[in-house]
Amino acid sequence: MADKVLMKGNEAIAEAAIMAGCRFYFGYPITPQTEVAAYMAKRMPKIGGTFLQAESEIAAINMCIGVASTGKRVMTSSSSPGISLKEEGISYMAGCDLPALIVNVERGGPGLGGIQPSQSDYFQATRGGGHGDYHLFVVAPASVQEMVSLTAHAFNVAEKYRVPAMLLADGTLGQMMEPVSIEGITVEDHDKSWALTGTDCKRKHNIINSLSLLPEELEQWNLERYKRYEKIEENEPMWEEYMTEDADICIVAFGIASRVSRNAIKAARAQGIKVGMIRPITLWPFPKKPLAAIADKVKAFVTVELNMGQMVEDVELATRCKKPVLMANRVGGCIPTPEQVLAQIVEANKLGGAQ
Amino acid sequence: MEGLGEATRPHMWWRKRPAGIPTSKKTNAACPPPRQIVVAFSSDKGYSYLVKVKAMNFKRLVLFAGHYGSGKTNIAVNIAIDLKKEGKNVVIADLDIVNPYYRTKDSEQELNEAGIPLISSDYANSNVDVPALPQALYSLVDQKDRYGIMDIGGDDRGALALGRYAPAILEENNYEMLLVINKYRPLTPDAASTMEVMREIEIAGGIPFTGIVNNSNLGRETTADDVIKTHAYAMEMAKDTGLPLRMTTVKEDIAAEVAKVIPDVVPLRLQNKRLWND
Repeated sequence: MADKVLMKGNEAIAEAAIMAGCRFYFGYPITPQTEVAAYMAKRMPKIGGTFLQAESEIAAINMCIGVASTGKRVMTSSSSPGISLKEEGISYMAGCDLPALIVNVERGGPGLGGIQPSQSDYFQATRGGGHGDYHLFVVAPASVQEMVSLTAHAFNVAEKYRVPAMLLADGTLGQMMEPVSIEGITVEDHDKSWALTGTDCKRKHNIINSLSLLPEELEQWNLERYKRYEKIEENEPMWEEYMTEDADICIVAFGIASRVSRNAIKAARAQGIKVGMIRPITLWPFPKKPLAAIADKVKAFVTVELNMGQMVEDVELATRCKKPVLMANRVGGCIPTPEQVLAQIVEANKLGGAQ
Repeated sequence: MEGLGEATRPHMWWRKRPAGIPTSKKTNAACPPPRQIVVAFSSDKGYSYLVKVKAMNFKRLVLFAGHYGSGKTNIAVNIAIDLKKEGKNVVIADLDIVNPYYRTKDSEQELNEAGIPLISSDYANSNVDVPALPQALYSLVDQKDRYGIMDIGGDDRGALALGRYAPAILEENNYEMLLVINKYRPLTPDAASTMEVMREIEIAGGIPFTGIVNNSNLGRETTADDVIKTHAYAMEMAKDTGLPLRMTTVKEDIAAEVAKVIPDVVPLRLQNKRLWND
């Protein structure tokens, strides 16, 4: 086992990206993700990589399109308002079928919002975010250690399916320090024959483009892309089950909300309420199968979120509304307390028995 | 971690200091010589090197600086409260203009209860991300009848804020500038890389360091062994810089165990609270 270091979540993302072979980072500072850029600025020059502070978020994402077109691993990071600025470029990236990693360390919104943690970009991340029919592969770490493993995993999945990936964290995860091991990072080698690397006059040149004025051709591009999305939905959902074996109540929470929920689950079990948790690790694809399965066994679900309940409808869809979905949430930069979650667990427990 | 340490090994440009930056040796005069043996409390388990703040003989101004995330704020708050408990008149100042999180202001209630005035940016913890310093900071330098604990922001960028107070502090010459180090931080895993950070802070802040505080830790999970293992690193820093290792700061639940092996151990109460346990 590798030596442990004490890292901020933001630093862990940056170091993991470097270890995963990313040598190009373009960004623009915004709290609470600035340490990603600060770390890259210190490290990249020492390892022959490129750190560039762009003149804007829009410039940064377009620089990423350039590097991604050459088949190299590239990353940008920002926080909520900055991600909104990048969305046009992210849509182009999806339209060009380019792999890259976009990191969103969310803060409260909408608008300029605040600088405290939030999960209110859930819809934006899981529904595409920009214009057009597309998805991002979205991972949601719940610890600094997971920020390491999921950063590396997201690069691999992005390349495997030629889709942009997003790491969706929140200000708390970005700022908090935990001991981590930078280990278990594998760099998968996927086909890059599509990349713009120079033909040496030996092959026909590649074109990377999201524009087609022929509706039938553009339709085919979309259909082909959705075939890859089907494969991602089949192969790539990730989740963690916690104390679900005998659960009457199922918490659904991701990221920092799942950390708070664990405390509430322990407190509820001390009161004799059987409660467990399904923690989505990928938000798109959403872990529908385990939720559909557990819906037959539990009385109710409780989502715990740092938003106005954006994940509620995904739980309802995955479970075909079989059981009621309650919610414990805070917004604007506040985090639900274990007591608040416990209160909702108690409420859920008053509902009728399992059908 | 293979490769991380290697890659961060610094260029050695700072070994030769730029002109105009005083050497550490010269300023050692401002710092008490390292004590031969510290207050040794005998306990039922043998000798312990736990140190009371009184025995540290701090200078009037105690400045904590270092790589961001090295633990400056937590130490500053602890030392201020301990000095106050010794009956000293203490004021604490937050000079962090870089990081809007995890700062002295988070401990405002505890400081208030202890009767320690906090000089901090009007914008600290207001979620307004404005790097501004309050006028009241000058009183820390000018009013010389009380202890002033100064928490300097992270890295060289944070230390820039110190520059405007540096001439007055150097003139009074009753200060100690302590470098807080943590071997477990990714960009300071060895003495060479820590020295690089140190030189950058000195150049930005305009005040040479006078001592070192080993605060090597892995957060809440730190074991006594984790700390003890870093003593060689701290001593190497002391040797390479010619500065005394002023103290080793350790979270209080393992301090006694560390103090069986390492001298000058100061126990710390951890400041920032979390909503979750694991």
